[in-house]
Amino acid sequence: MSVLPEPAAYIAPKARSLREPHRIVLMLIFAGLIVCAAWFMRWDWLPRYQERLLYGLWQTLLLLFSTSIVGFLLAVPLGLVQVTGPRPLALLARGFCTLIRGTPLLLQLWLLYYGLGSVFAQFPEIRSSFLWPYLRQAWPYGFTALMISFAAYEGEVMRGAFAGVPKGELEAARAFGMGRFTMFRRIWLPRAIHRALPTLTGETVLQLKSTPLVATITVVDVYAIISRVRQETFLTYEPLLLLALIYLCLTGMLVYAFRLVEKRIPSRGA
Amino acid sequence: MDATLQLLSLQSPGWGGVLLAGLAASLQVAFGGYLLGLIIGTAGAAGKLWGGPVLRDVLEVYTTVVRGVPELVLILILYYAGTDAVNQVMALLGLPAVDISGLAAGIFVIGVVQGAYSTEVLRGAILSIPPGQIEAARAYGMSPLLALRRVTLPAMLPFALPGLSNLWLIATKDTALLAVVGFAELTLVTRQAAGTTKAYMTFFLAAGALYLAVTLISNLVIRALEKRALRGMVRPEAAL
Repeated sequence: MSVLPEPAAYIAPKARSLREPHRIVLMLIFAGLIVCAAWFMRWDWLPRYQERLLYGLWQTLLLLFSTSIVGFLLAVPLGLVQVTGPRPLALLARGFCTLIRGTPLLLQLWLLYYGLGSVFAQFPEIRSSFLWPYLRQAWPYGFTALMISFAAYEGEVMRGAFAGVPKGELEAARAFGMGRFTMFRRIWLPRAIHRALPTLTGETVLQLKSTPLVATITVVDVYAIISRVRQETFLTYEPLLLLALIYLCLTGMLVYAFRLVEKRIPSRGA
Repeated sequence: MDATLQLLSLQSPGWGGVLLAGLAASLQVAFGGYLLGLIIGTAGAAGKLWGGPVLRDVLEVYTTVVRGVPELVLILILYYAGTDAVNQVMALLGLPAVDISGLAAGIFVIGVVQGAYSTEVLRGAILSIPPGQIEAARAYGMSPLLALRRVTLPAMLPFALPGLSNLWLIATKDTALLAVVGFAELTLVTRQAAGTTKAYMTFFLAAGALYLAVTLISNLVIRALEKRALRGMVRPEAAL
């Protein structure tokens, strides 16, 4: 790489002071927009729906955390198998990732809910089993679809991360007499997660942004509640504006939380 | 089994033709949206890199908002509010309300979403060009526009291609979200066909195969493009 200083135009915009004149003007415009929203828009429905909105928010977060945690636990073996596993298993994992990543999540969701749901109903054994009350709800299908999709995308990330850990570190671990499992637990996995963390942030944000899709199979999340509001109050802009604001806050908080985690993980020599 | 496969035949009792028409609609929106996104993205990246402070801040707001809000919500907002806003403007101008076609609205929606992502991709790619190459162009006396066309854009291509190809694959799959606003693309058509015939698995699997085919073919094309963009260059990963 060149050691010459970068031309001025190539320096990325830095975070500058909020007291710069144009920022003040922009903020005034923004404040004006907020005043307009408060003045011309109707928010009287908000208290009536407050409780349901909070419930929807809780459902969205529950869905996000449950699917991303279980999905990540699935993604680790998926990635590892592709790097070191026996060939048939590696090909299987590879195919799974390609299959899931190559089709839209909405389609997978509908395939599971409408397709698999209707197939399940044809088997009397399933209908009489203790699982049937759960299988008739939409939640398990939404959870499964989101989890599988997260696992596939993360699996690809983890594959790259596992492959990217320098071979010397693994050899050093072996030279220390670590067994395969200890080496994986102590060296390979932490280093891979460390390398993957920035990408994991992005994937988790994407996961948050795909949770509203489950509303199309009647899972009640914050998006579904807002859709209800739109149907019942005949308002177009207000509920959608609120929804966008909610998701903006959620993504912001998620990114901030990951930053904290990233800072906490020691990065000696990384 | 044979009966369900007959449902997929192209002629009238089967729904195969309908699915293919849906696929065509999806691909149209994906192509249009992707191209619009590239145009917005190029302009946005240029604005972020070389624009004044005001332009930069406005673009920052655009990319942050679009990247922070789910595509589904954006599609709803742009689809309903966008068409509503157009009609209100037309009413203000004293013109009759226009009927915005689903295709145009879909392309617009996907384009705005893609534009934010490609702004970031292109900005990052332009920033990763070794500064010496730009300086060389300047030393040759190229005007900024000529340098952009001859040096900056071709030189950033290897850095941008992985991100751009990713965006294309996202665009093809984002079209499925238009099903929610009632645009007759592959996913919605599939659901209608499945609902009518009750052969849910058959149709959803068929649609999945179609989407997968689009992805796999795209992958082949992307690989060829990457090979061509990287001709005579060290691979960017290797250069790091």
